[in-house]
Amino acid sequence: MKQTTEIRGRGPWQLAYERLRRDRAAIGSAITILIAVLVALSAPLLAQITGHPPTMQFGHTGLGPTGIPVGPGAEFWLGTDGLGRDVLVRIAYGTRVSLLVGVVASGLAVLIGAVVGIAAGWFGGIVDTILSRLMDVVLSLPFLVLALALAALVGPGLGISIFLIAFFSWATVGRVVRAEAKSIREREYVQAARALGAGNAHIMFVEMLPMVGATVIVYATLLIPASIGFEATLSFLGLGVPPPTPSWGNMLADAMAYYKVAWWLLLFPGAALLGVTYAFNVLGDSVRDALDPKHDQTIKPGGQS
Amino acid sequence: MSNDVLLQLTGVVKEFTVKVGSGFKRRKRSLQAVAGVDLSLRRGETLGLVGESGCGKSTLARCVMRLFAVDSGRVVFDGDDLTHASNAVLKPYRRRMQMVFQDPYGSLNPRRRVGSIIGDPFRIQGVGSAADRQAKVQELMQLVGLNPEHYNRFPGEFSGGQRQRIGIARAIALRPELIVCDEPVSALDVSIQAQVLNLLADLQKELGLTYLFISHDLSVVRHVSDRVAVMYLGTIVEIAPSEAIYERTRHPYTSALLSAVPRFEADAGTARVESVLSGDPPSPLDPPSGCRFHPRCPRAQDRCRHEVPVLRVGNADDPEHLTACHFPLVDGDAS
Ligand code: SF4
Repeated sequence: MKQTTEIRGRGPWQLAYERLRRDRAAIGSAITILIAVLVALSAPLLAQITGHPPTMQFGHTGLGPTGIPVGPGAEFWLGTDGLGRDVLVRIAYGTRVSLLVGVVASGLAVLIGAVVGIAAGWFGGIVDTILSRLMDVVLSLPFLVLALALAALVGPGLGISIFLIAFFSWATVGRVVRAEAKSIREREYVQAARALGAGNAHIMFVEMLPMVGATVIVYATLLIPASIGFEATLSFLGLGVPPPTPSWGNMLADAMAYYKVAWWLLLFPGAALLGVTYAFNVLGDSVRDALDPKHDQTIKPGGQS
Repeated sequence: MSNDVLLQLTGVVKEFTVKVGSGFKRRKRSLQAVAGVDLSLRRGETLGLVGESGCGKSTLARCVMRLFAVDSGRVVFDGDDLTHASNAVLKPYRRRMQMVFQDPYGSLNPRRRVGSIIGDPFRIQGVGSAADRQAKVQELMQLVGLNPEHYNRFPGEFSGGQRQRIGIARAIALRPELIVCDEPVSALDVSIQAQVLNLLADLQKELGLTYLFISHDLSVVRHVSDRVAVMYLGTIVEIAPSEAIYERTRHPYTSALLSAVPRFEADAGTARVESVLSGDPPSPLDPPSGCRFHPRCPRAQDRCRHEVPVLRVGNADDPEHLTACHFPLVDGDAS
């Protein structure tokens, strides 16, 4: 082995990255996610190749003689739905919605959670009391009931879905970050910064943020699948992305009328949803292990090598 | 050393509220960690502050740095009263007084690069341009004996002694006048301690620094200090020029502390007061009445239980030597 003497130090982030690179489950889920991203990006391309725009109804070729959907075949690779639309192209477009909602909503949730958590932990006192109560209230709200009410009030849409998911997710992050910030607050390096005359912004964003960064990243990866699931639920109930725009959730809802005769309507969007959320969950777990080696599993049950 | 006073503490008191008891008996009580301290630091000197852990010396250090608000008394730095100064008012003074912390692991943010940590003083105080900073950081690293090429590393990649050098580099970055050293070597191996102490001494000479040097280790303090103050349960019990503290000890507590120090220069034949420092000091929640040392003092008498001894000159020939004791040892009693 050649010893490399690099001057640029390997910090906690690089070490975590290297651990991640050696984790086969992480690699597998990262590849799955990458494929999902590619599918989402190439959705218009797919529509062009097949010649089937996502919302176009193919009354003659796409529906059987009795008006039931046609199964997977040469013309429609993954079959058609009840209106004679191409399931493959619709899944590809649905991937765009799912990833967009997943990433944006959890990004927003993590951002708000981190800022609120750090502020509560650093300022303490009355600020902490108010912010903590706020988080308690949000966490105790019944998500589905309120989401249904709000979506019904404002009308379904992509923006409102993202807002709802972020609104109901940030407090979980906020609570964990607050606890961490509270302990970081007592560290000597924070006192050192104060002794140098550092203001609140320096302490919160330069000293505290990198320390809670690991938690934030883990939560971000774990919130993405949860958000995708939320979005699918909302769309399934007709409160997410409004038809005819395809999303995995409303495709599954449509499938409910036909699944006895057209299994592909349930299987393919369901598999896409399950596969992507599972991949994000596995990746999230791996990221957590990589950032916190104490959780490392060195002895695996079953004794496989 | 001049008689120019850089830092003046008058009657400094710092209280904490602690919760005691459990269940229904749980209640809040206030604890005086620092119970009225008068102390002055002259420009260019090193004042050692010793005492057992929990005597309030680290709290006092944080009061000096105004990391804590002072509950009563005054903190005057170079003629300016900073007792109740706001953070905004304090900011320019923070260039002139800095602190070196005890824990070389806790005082450096593990997720930040060393160059950025040492660059903090410039960044926070808005000194110099971003472009100058790296050069200044590397200069500082050189000055404290670190390889300037390592500015991109993380604290975790340095040894304890090197980390303490990083903390020192950060403290001296803005060329302060006063540095509060809070047990700067007590977390280090003995072999490394001397190196760091020598570095501090060299920097003092080079930069004309004034040190408030806090330690529980009398042998370390003796090595570096011009004057020594001994603290017990939140109060100063004896203060004197370094050699007087060791050679003409007056306070029974100082004497007990000294006898607890393993003596390397074994001067046979000199009887020492037997160490009486068995057990922990009394809780500052319930400080003993009168002289706070009386439950552990071999010379204690009735008067000690009722009357608080004040810090005063015991011998007119020795005006620099102050003791807070009703029945101080006279020269020759101790050694
Ligand atoms: S005042 Fe009394 S109890 Fe206190 S140190 Fe002196 S002799 Fe001991």
